[in-house]
Amino acid sequence: MAIFKKKEADAYNELDAKKNVSNVSDGMIRFNRVSPLANAMYSALFIFIAAICVLPVLFVIIISFTAEKSIGLYGYSFFPKQFSVASYQYVWNMRELVGRSILNSIGITVVGTCLGVILTATMGYALSRKSYKFRNFFTWFIFIPMLFRGGTLASYVVNTQVMHLKDTYWALILPICCTTFNIIIMRTFFTTTVPDEMIESGKIDGASQLRIFVQLVLPICLPAIATIALFLTFAYWNEWYNASIYLSTSRSDLFPLQFVLVSIEQKIQFLINNANYVGADAQDLPSETMRMAIVVIAVVPIMFSYPFFQKYYISGLTVGAVKG
Amino acid sequence: MSQIAKKDIKPKKKSKLTLDDIQLFLLSLPTTIWFIMFCYVPMFGILIAFKKYKVAPGKGFLWSLVYNSKWCGLDNFKFLFKSNAKTTIAMFRNTVGYNIVFIVLGIVIPVALAIIISHLYSKKLAKFCQTLIFLPHFLSWVIVGYFVYAFLATKEGLVNNVLLSMGFDPVKWYQKEGMPYWPYFIVFLNVWKNVGYNMIVYMASINGIDGSLYEAAVIDGATKHQQTKYITIPLLKPVIIIMFIMAVGRIFNSDFGLFYRTTRNSAALYNSFVTLDVYVYNSLFNSTIPTYGYASAAGFMQSVFGCVTLVTANAIVSKFDKESAFF
Repeated sequence: MAIFKKKEADAYNELDAKKNVSNVSDGMIRFNRVSPLANAMYSALFIFIAAICVLPVLFVIIISFTAEKSIGLYGYSFFPKQFSVASYQYVWNMRELVGRSILNSIGITVVGTCLGVILTATMGYALSRKSYKFRNFFTWFIFIPMLFRGGTLASYVVNTQVMHLKDTYWALILPICCTTFNIIIMRTFFTTTVPDEMIESGKIDGASQLRIFVQLVLPICLPAIATIALFLTFAYWNEWYNASIYLSTSRSDLFPLQFVLVSIEQKIQFLINNANYVGADAQDLPSETMRMAIVVIAVVPIMFSYPFFQKYYISGLTVGAVKG
Repeated sequence: MSQIAKKDIKPKKKSKLTLDDIQLFLLSLPTTIWFIMFCYVPMFGILIAFKKYKVAPGKGFLWSLVYNSKWCGLDNFKFLFKSNAKTTIAMFRNTVGYNIVFIVLGIVIPVALAIIISHLYSKKLAKFCQTLIFLPHFLSWVIVGYFVYAFLATKEGLVNNVLLSMGFDPVKWYQKEGMPYWPYFIVFLNVWKNVGYNMIVYMASINGIDGSLYEAAVIDGATKHQQTKYITIPLLKPVIIIMFIMAVGRIFNSDFGLFYRTTRNSAALYNSFVTLDVYVYNSLFNSTIPTYGYASAAGFMQSVFGCVTLVTANAIVSKFDKESAFF
């Protein structure tokens, strides 16, 4: 069964490969499987669990399209009596705030992901070189923060007083752009896929390590880069914690999308304070449905993108967890 | 023979830095600086736990701390365990208690599901379900908090509407003092969000198991149950152990968003969700007079205990099974 020797391949390539096994093993697989009854029960179980995972998202989407009146009378329901797109119209009216926050989120995600990939890949590459004299030292150097952390307060003090990150975009970007876990994934990938001969040949041709890294190593490591980039993209898109610590409530021009949700909830008064953003009278805002509409706006990009990217995500997870 | 070989190698090791080393060092310098600024410098910040913090107006936090605040020994810790004992006990109980439940369920359920999903006839169905189960992992706790609200809101929430239509009184899920169901909600939400992630780690290991092992077992007449018990689970053991150590190392940390966002930080429920992280956050950013000393004392214990548990867990594992240990 040569297919099982392939180490780095993710789960599904192997599942597909299984189909192509010779008829003998095919018969073996058919013989060695659970009874049809058990299969039906297991399938039902998984459909049930999958439904539990997806229904809340559908529920919120339905709520965001429900008329405010219908909610006032019957509450949230999977089968609303009256549909309406009023909530999205109000979000559109608030585009100065919501639109700005979407742009903030996109900007933070792009800049943070690029920066994080650079920091992760360079360190990962240096640690993957066996001839590197400081290899041991730096492996411990990145590993110790995994064991011991300064904690919320200490980070807050350093970031605000030493680096003056308060009320800047950098406060949302820098603290989460690099992790030991990601560097280990990168290092593992470089050690397993980049042949030493290639580096040597680069050296013989007189290339510097930077040049070898950029021109020889990176092109063949795009899958690993994609994995790290995905980890970071989702982390930045979902970022709200640092925003709640480092951004003042008055700086709504810096808010990322997820933090707009937090701040709306924290202060229902938010809209009234920012009445100049809203075209309509703050009194008859469909606040409940509108909040759900913003939730939908935050969820939809993730929902429709992750099925296509999860392959890279999974390969990163398995490398990191199994070989970390 | 080997001694001679060693002698030959040794001087090589002591040789000067090569250009290569310097270039690699420069290449990783930005990351090194990042680690120093965001990981190593804050480590010294834990000293705040041993100071009596006093504000020096107009001088900034750092100046107040270094020059204006006196050393106070263990006073901050005394506060936590005397004046504040009830909250302190609750936050330690919650942090460790929830984590123990999460660790057990976070291994048992995903391993079981990963094994079952590998038995499904239809691989398409398996992949479809696995993809959907993975979805919650990509959502933030802010979003999940809104989901919970959609179900549990007092007036509009689905659960209360169902209760009403069945003739029961609606329940104030967020406001009722000492609501006994929240620990179950928190555990459920944690499993719900993380099961897809953990499942994938175990699924990948199951798929990596050599198929000929199962073939040999079938020829020997092993049932599916026996194959699982004697092949799959033993071969999953290293992965389970690594996941276990990583979870134990974080036993004094909590997933802040889970406890803070889904409960809406409701005062009535405080005792059932306050963890070390929530306490630190609330006393720093949600109180009118930030209590730096106490918060940092809690944070100090979190850092130290966390480090000790991780090293201990790893030492125990490496005693039984050297290969599975983390470091």
